[in-house]
Amino acid sequence: MKKVISTLLVGVLAAGLITGCNAGTKGGKVALDGSTSMENVIGALCESYESTHSDVSFTYNPTGSGSGITAVLDGRCDIGLSSRGLKDDEIAAGLSETVLAYDGIAVIVNQENPVNDLTLEEISSIYTGEITNWSEVGGADSEIVLIGREAGSGTRDGFESITSTEEICAYRQELTSTGDVIATVSQNPNAIGYASIAAVNDNVNMVSVNGVSPSEESVSDGTYVIQRPFVLVTRSGVALSDAAQDFFDYITSEEAWDVIIASGVVPAN
Amino acid sequence: MNKRSKNANNINKKKLVETAIHGVFLILGLTTVSCVLLITVYLVISGIPAIKEIGLVNFLFGKTWASTAENPSFGILPFILTSIYGTAGAILIGVPVGFMTSVYLAKMAPTKVKNIMNSAVSLLAGIPSVVYGLVGMLVLVPGIRRIFNVPDGASLLAAIIILSIMILPSIIKVSVNALEAVPKEYEDASLALGATAEETYFRVSVPSAKSGIAAAIVLGVGRAIGESMAVMMVSGNVANMPGLFESVRFLTTAVASEMSYSAGLQRQALFSIALVLFLFIMLINATFNFFLKREKEGLV
Amino acid sequence: MIKEKLSFKRRFYIVIMRALMYICTSLTACLVLALVVYLLIKGIPNLSWEFLTSSPSYLTGRIGILPDILNTIYIMIAALIVVIPLGIGSAVYLTEYAKNKRIVSIIEYAAETLSGIPSIIYGLVGMLFFCQFLGMQTSLLAGALTLCIMNLPTIMRTTQESLKTVPSSYREGAFGLGASRWRVIRTVVLPGCVDGVITGCILSIGRILGESAALLFTAGFAHTLNGFVDGLGSSGSSLTVALYVYAKEQGEFGVAFAIATILLLLSFMINLAAELTQRFFRRKKTI
Repeated sequence: MKKVISTLLVGVLAAGLITGCNAGTKGGKVALDGSTSMENVIGALCESYESTHSDVSFTYNPTGSGSGITAVLDGRCDIGLSSRGLKDDEIAAGLSETVLAYDGIAVIVNQENPVNDLTLEEISSIYTGEITNWSEVGGADSEIVLIGREAGSGTRDGFESITSTEEICAYRQELTSTGDVIATVSQNPNAIGYASIAAVNDNVNMVSVNGVSPSEESVSDGTYVIQRPFVLVTRSGVALSDAAQDFFDYITSEEAWDVIIASGVVPAN
Repeated sequence: MNKRSKNANNINKKKLVETAIHGVFLILGLTTVSCVLLITVYLVISGIPAIKEIGLVNFLFGKTWASTAENPSFGILPFILTSIYGTAGAILIGVPVGFMTSVYLAKMAPTKVKNIMNSAVSLLAGIPSVVYGLVGMLVLVPGIRRIFNVPDGASLLAAIIILSIMILPSIIKVSVNALEAVPKEYEDASLALGATAEETYFRVSVPSAKSGIAAAIVLGVGRAIGESMAVMMVSGNVANMPGLFESVRFLTTAVASEMSYSAGLQRQALFSIALVLFLFIMLINATFNFFLKREKEGLV
Repeated sequence: MIKEKLSFKRRFYIVIMRALMYICTSLTACLVLALVVYLLIKGIPNLSWEFLTSSPSYLTGRIGILPDILNTIYIMIAALIVVIPLGIGSAVYLTEYAKNKRIVSIIEYAAETLSGIPSIIYGLVGMLFFCQFLGMQTSLLAGALTLCIMNLPTIMRTTQESLKTVPSSYREGAFGLGASRWRVIRTVVLPGCVDGVITGCILSIGRILGESAALLFTAGFAHTLNGFVDGLGSSGSSLTVALYVYAKEQGEFGVAFAIATILLLLSFMINLAAELTQRFFRRKKTI
């Protein structure tokens, strides 16, 4: 008899525990996936949305632009994030893009590196391996170490298309995120890399391109040439869930501009 | 119903319950087998299509891996060679150090030292691989850059050093167990014949514990060839043919770094890499078991 | 006692071997010491109560690891709930029921194979089977089930070993009194294997704590704060995955070191717990 009672008690307690733990988010879940460059912007937007809609929860997987696009196609996420425009075959596969903002790609060097200005041609030559020593562009006499992104990266795609170095970049290291490029460049005095302006912190120096130093203003008026769009990817013809659609409308509206600007990118208008 | 048939009914019910429970346990017992089958089946199903399309020889022996180029090529020879060299390097460094340490700990260390070292080795074994990768990234890579004067320290050498540190605990633990299991009579006999302690340990105990030490080495090989996280953080991740100071990709990191954004043939090629890795490990284990069996039969 | 002088060759051998042993052991010891000290020095300054109990915020730039801690705990609980019955069941079958030598050796070979498979392959197959085929998407549950398969051999092995220490006279006595096999197992054998199960659990907890490659593709890396049931259904990063992301993808080395310190302390405590339970049960058995 005692055994039966104690087993029942344990069962009731366990059931109570499980149901009690259920946070009960009735509002909905929005799944986002993709670009690591967009992490700050999207993170800030999610948080500011959550502050007024506390019943919606977000998941964001920073796996790279290419991966985000694949995830939308597979139906694994609601909105994909890409830091490059969609290719023709991706649009043909049933995806549509909405530009959220414009972001500049900064060319970054280590803080010990005296070089602070390069022309676009010099950057191309460095990345294709024609220029191999810092002394050729006004720096110290040491070998240039090329840091770049992995093949599916929107940042890499933007950088390579503007510098006309597609498929001929001779990388020393191919890293999987913006933050990693910044971290690696900050640790190697001979390194050069590229990363979203919004993500660059005080550990590295940004190089001005053709005399124009990277900032929101020079991106917005187009004088800083290495820039690319931040794109929201959705399946064309397939409606988003209510929560996702509401979020989508919020971030593409003017309400969100303050948050977007505060994260360091230029809202699309 | 008379008493006899009631008893018979009870016994039948009990038998039914017994058989049912036997069945339950049978199913539970076969879970491991079904898991192995599941993994094998999935790897083979996912891995074969790409190999068929790319061609087995091109895949295994092709020297260029350019999975996202306009004309993609999927040769994984760089990955295979890197994994082999990396594991060989880790074994070359890790096994002698681990072996010597284990002989000392099993045979000659005073008890206090032995206990402290046991806890230390267990601690080393318990550290997650990402922590090793973190330390490697921030200490080893810049260190290699400064000591050897290369432009970038993320290289095969960094991966080899990290791997050898990671396999040390496995080698030490299993070897110590094997050495402690050597019958004391062997050692006493050797000492009685006039051998010194060191000669006894290396010429009598070690050969006697040969199969255990070999198991330790195989364990180390398995761990080294299968390590992905720590290696991903220190080796540069470019699909080059292996060179000591080159930025390289292993079989494991090739899968891990491209998996999230791959699609189509590239994705299937990654599954094929995983299949190759799986077969490698099966081969190593099978070879070891084969030699172990021959050894056992030889002794008996 | 005749003390003969050893030949030069032998003395040389002794000196060399001794030197090698001392060098290698001190190398290993210094390695461990240096690693631990480095991690503590770099990690402790970054630990704070706020760090441990808050979630990350983009708006304020604050980093907190509470979601990761909770995710790790959820994964552990879910994996253990599934693996313990499976492991005990397999071990009981192997020691009590299986009479056919071939089946026993097949199962044991399968278990050995499972423990040798690299974790990245587990992650891959876990992603294919749990996330895509069974439709669980990227979720803690998929990660927990993958880890469950990884730890099955461990629990099986430790339970088997402690089952073997139950004297057969106990079983025979029970059979002699007319108990059915299931009753014998339930009342005589299973209570005797509790120590093996506990040891296996502790070992598994240690392994789960340190696992990252298998969780990367199955559980994802989100940092949202969830309850247990919600958390199982959505993606989340464990402590190790969070360490990887913070170090590799965001360059936040201070945070990474703090997480590394926490993991170091946790694995130290787990080793201690394993050691103490083994000593406790050993003492109980000899009484």
